Formats: sequence, C-alpha cells, structure tokens
Amino acid sequence: MEIKSMQFKANAAGSLANVVLQGNLKNAKGKFVTRRAEAIKDLDDFEGTRDAAEAIRNKVIDNMDLWLEAFERKALDTGAKVLWAKDGAEVCRLVTEIARSHGVTKVTKSKSMLSEEAGLNQALEAAGIQPVETDLGEYILQVDNNEPPSHIIAPAVHKSLDDVADLFHKVHGTPRKTEIPALTREAREVLRGHFLSAEMGLSGGNFLVAETGSVALVTNEGNGRMVTTMPKVHVVITGIEKVIPTLEDLSTLMRLLPRSATGQPISNYFSILTGVKKPEEHDGPEHLYFILVDSGRADVVGGDFHAMLRCIRCGACMNHCPVYQTIGGHAYGWVYPGPMGSVLTPLYAGMENSIDLPHAATLCNQCGIVCPVKIPLPDLLRKLREKQTERGLRPLTERIGLRLWAWVAQRPRLYALGASVGARYLKWLAGDTDRIRLLPTAPEWTLGRDFPAPQGKTFRELYAARRNATPPT
Amino acid sequence: MARIRVAMFVTCLVDLMRPRIGFAALKLLETAGCEVIVPKTQTCCGQPAWNSGDAPGAVALAKKTIAEFEGFEYVVVPSGSCGEHIRVEYPRLFVDEPEWRDRATALASRTYELTDFLVTVLKVDSVPGDYEGTVTYHDSCSGLRGLGIKQQPRALLAKVKGVSLKEMNGCEECCGFGGTFSIKFGEVSAAIAERKCDNILASGAQAVVGGDLGCLLNIEGKLRRMGDETTQVLHVAEVLAGRT
Repeated sequence: MEIKSMQFKANAAGSLANVVLQGNLKNAKGKFVTRRAEAIKDLDDFEGTRDAAEAIRNKVIDNMDLWLEAFERKALDTGAKVLWAKDGAEVCRLVTEIARSHGVTKVTKSKSMLSEEAGLNQALEAAGIQPVETDLGEYILQVDNNEPPSHIIAPAVHKSLDDVADLFHKVHGTPRKTEIPALTREAREVLRGHFLSAEMGLSGGNFLVAETGSVALVTNEGNGRMVTTMPKVHVVITGIEKVIPTLEDLSTLMRLLPRSATGQPISNYFSILTGVKKPEEHDGPEHLYFILVDSGRADVVGGDFHAMLRCIRCGACMNHCPVYQTIGGHAYGWVYPGPMGSVLTPLYAGMENSIDLPHAATLCNQCGIVCPVKIPLPDLLRKLREKQTERGLRPLTERIGLRLWAWVAQRPRLYALGASVGARYLKWLAGDTDRIRLLPTAPEWTLGRDFPAPQGKTFRELYAARRNATPPT
Repeated sequence: MARIRVAMFVTCLVDLMRPRIGFAALKLLETAGCEVIVPKTQTCCGQPAWNSGDAPGAVALAKKTIAEFEGFEYVVVPSGSCGEHIRVEYPRLFVDEPEWRDRATALASRTYELTDFLVTVLKVDSVPGDYEGTVTYHDSCSGLRGLGIKQQPRALLAKVKGVSLKEMNGCEECCGFGGTFSIKFGEVSAAIAERKCDNILASGAQAVVGGDLGCLLNIEGKLRRMGDETTQVLHVAEVLAGRT
C-alpha cells in the first residue's frame, strides 16, 4: 500500500475539518470503549489472563524460527503447502503464481491486513485476476474506488450509514436504501454470486497453531467461512509472528482478543481450519497454501521493538487513543493506524517515511493499559523518537532547540535568568488580561486555544524574596 | 519527634507560570510538620528531553537532579508528570551505568507526588484550605497510570471545608496536552482538549482541579477560547492549602 504518513499533519487537519467524519468517530469511540469495559468484567482475572497472554506471545517471538518450523512440519502433514515471502512484492508474486497454476480468474477475499501491506489487490488486477473483498467493510471500501481502511477490524468505521446508502445506490444502481438490514442484504446478494463463482479464496490468519498446523480465524460475518471452504483453493496470508504453540494457548488468547477488539465474549464466527479436504469429507479446499510473510518482522526480533511482535491486532490501542479518536485512521497514512500503527509504520515502511507518527501521541498510556498482551506502546514510541534523533531525521531547528534547552537547564544561573525573562515576556504578551491569544514562540498552541498568562515572576524569585524578608528560624 | 526533612522539586512550569502552586505545596508540607528545603540550583527533571528523543540531554539532567536531591529524606513534587519521570523513568535511564542506576533507584524510592506524599507518607488528617462549591477532578495521565494517583487527591479534597466533588465523564481521559505534542500538533491537541472541556462543563462544577500544571494550562486555555469565563482551573495544592 502506498504510504502517505509524511502528510500526517495535513491529513489530520483534513480529518478535523470533516464534520461527517467527526460525528462518525464520536459514535464509534463510545461503542468500542464501553463494550470492551463491560466485556472484560466477565473475566475472573483479567490481569492474570493478560500476563498469561503476554507470556505465550513472548515464548513464540523469543524463538520464532523454532515455532515456525514446528508449524511448517505440522501444516505439511495436513496436506498444506507452506511458502515464505520476504516482502510484499513476493506475496503478490506467489499469490499470482498460485492463481495462474490453478487457472483462477476470480479470488474472494476475507479480511487480510497483510494483503493491504502488500498491495495485493492492485497486483492481482494487473495480472488479470479479479479480487473481491467480502468482508462488508472491506467490500464497501473496494467499491468506493479502493479506499484504504481506517481501522484494522472495522475498516469502514469512518463511513456513516448515509455514506454507505449513497455509495450502494451509485455502484449497484439500485434504489437508495436507508435501513442497515436492507443494505447488508444488498451486499450479500451481490457477494453471493462471487462466492459461488470464485475459484480461489484468500484469508488472513489471526493465529497459526504450531501443535496442529492450523489457522484460526476470528470473524463476525459468514464471509470468512465461505471464502475458506467453498473454492477449491484456499490461500492464507499472514505475518510470521502470528504463530502460537498450542490450542490451549489459542483458548487463552481468545479470552482476550474478541473482548479487547469489539467487546464480545466470542466473535460471531471462530474457525480453526486444518489441512485440505480429505477424501471422506464433503467440504473444504483441495489445495491449501500458507504464505508466511516477513516484510520487516524478522528485523524487529531481538531489538528495541521486539515487544511489538506480541501484537494480536485487536485494535484496542487505537480505540482508546485520544489522537485516533480525534482524527481517525486515514490520517496515519498507511495500513495500521493509532498507537500500534505509529510503531509498526516506521518499522515496516521506514522511519524516514513516517517522521511524525512516533510524535503523534500524548504518551497518555491508555493504549498500554488496554493492550491485552501488555505492549509498552508509549515506551516504544519514545524509543522511536530517540532513534529519529540519533539518525538526524528530526528538523534541525527542533534538534538545536532541544540541545540548547538541555544545555541551559544544566546551568542553574543561566536557567533562572531565562525563566525570569520568559515569565516577564509572557506576562507582557498577555498585557492586562489573563491570557495570550497568539503565542509567537509556539503558534501551534494558540491555533485552537488560549495560553493562560503567567503570574509574572518565577517561583525562585518570589521564594528568594520571601526568604530575605523573613530570615529562616 | 524530629521533623521530616523534605526537598521540594518545584518543576519548570510552576516556576515559570504559577509560583503560587509552589507556595501552596510549601504551605501544605509545612503545616503537616515537615521541614521543607527548596534546593536553589534545581531546574528541570529532563522529562521533555527524554520524551523528545534527546537521551543524552535527559541523562545529563537526571544526573544533575539526582546529585541535588539524593541527600534528602524525601523529595516531593507538585506534579504527577515530573514525579513519574523521577520515580519510574530515572532508574531506566541508566542502562549502562550501574552506579548511577543505583543512585537513581534510591532517589526514585523516596520521591513522591504531592498528594500521594500527604496521604501515603504523612497520613494527614486535616488540610488548611477551604473552598465553597463543587469541583470536578481531572486525573492526569502520568499521575494516574504512571503513579496510581487516584484516591489520594480525592481523599484530601474531602477534608476541605465546603468542597463537594462532582465527577465528570471521562475524568481519566487525556486532556490532549502531551508536553511537546501540544505545540507540534496544536490543532489535534486542542480538539482533544475540547472533549475534556465539554465533560468539565457538563459536570456543572465551579472549578476543575488537577495535579499537573501542564494539563491545567491546556484546559484553561481551551475553556477560555470556548468562551467559558467562569469555570475556575485550579491545582489541587491551591484548593488544599487555601490562601498562601
């Protein structure tokens, strides 16, 4: 997917000015946050379960090569083929080759964020193969001129009912409908033909179970089952970090994933798919391929951002992020928005292509608190800021300003003088009012709010004066 | 009983913007029987450098602060944000310098946010302030999620004559300040602040009270820009101490 993260600030301004989007975001925020808060109350020991989930994910990412080999052996035993992709281009090449080798002209897709990373739909279209998104949200976006998703589990969350009503009326050429059931029915009618005619189904994978060689899929629509069982070929595309050891581990993680994501105790559909159709079975694919993708993940192993590989893609961090809640996902400019995206985008798409993202957070740690696998997201964002500084990626004025400020702060007399002058300057700007309407030294502050006036003298000045007036007893 | 010797870390923002918060903290500690020292050479704890990716600057300022404050029995900070930086982050700054890490850890264990110190260490049973009216409390992020400051300020406010606390919706949500975030992404920051201010106004409280001046400047600036001229924005120390 094309990366537009360098335009973060302009994107964010656009989001703030978009009245419809602001309404949609407000609506979505309430639902995600409230439902999750209710759902975790069901668990006897939420914090203990988080600890267990963290330990499971650490066990895997600390020895990822071994667990991947274990998964591969089991998957091969079940009749699947396991392919490895270094990057998005390899994903596109492998999927295209598989499709061609089976004479495929149409592919139905269940949601896969990795196919977004790889830009797979465009590659398939270029190869003359029709990709059809069947997740309702992804379908809406595909028919809206391939708009990118704005959320990892609710890709069209930025759209309102009215938006979708207009869109379906336009692209389906049907009378405009305003009821949700009527709109979903219309999408199902369109998709039904694709389900029946596609020769290949393509899905992501929430977890790969090493013990059984299975892929676990967590979905809320029936589309995932149609995509993975109806066509004769099923291709799973997922990141190499998604492997977990056992089905028991899967059950632990599943106590947290749907609750953290949508506030559901369990998703509407939960599938564990193992191997190809056996001779005595009626359903299932004849050919099953796993494409396990690196795309930057292996480079993260063992480094400063290792903990990020624990991520199980629930989206709780973005749902609870004050910045995401305010500007939505598109502003982040790539596949993954919110705090997770502000870490993943620099790691997978290049630090130099996403200068603003690690700074686009207040470090409030709401994300760290809700993360089901306890990823210290604010620490990782801060570490990325440090890396940017080390690599000279921040603007020169900012770097000089920071160094100068730290230099002065190590010299108490100079610092005290600076603070005295500063306090008087700010007081002068406020005049005889209690506020500054335009702050020349930090104009961003006063774009949307005033800057309160200081008292005029510093604490250290007033304290010294007080001490002089009343000698210590 | 010997008086407890407490060093006060004033913080950059209180020094520059609101000295009266520093004096309020001083009064609270002295009223509770402490001997309070304000080391003259103190400047900044280094948190802005650390959060902006300037690790060498952050380490240098941490060393300076440790050297200035490690001789005291306790260090008290009228800010959850600076308090969290010293208490939680300082020991993590010195990965390759075990001697400094030990000194940082020792200082961290004796450093307290003001309301935490009054409640947890001093166990005060009264405060000098009085305030007639309803207040709502904004839980600042570093204090709440970094240091577990939640009940302490509320317990203390309950001891202030005349105060009644009315909780707002989303009191634990970020106000959008975020240090340098507020001047890097001013429009986003102000939009987050607007949600906070809507909640404050909806609570109907006469004053919003908090423990971090950064949040309070952000909230006051947004309230005034929104046209609210009446809601008071006060540091918890000001309410607890009354007139200084």
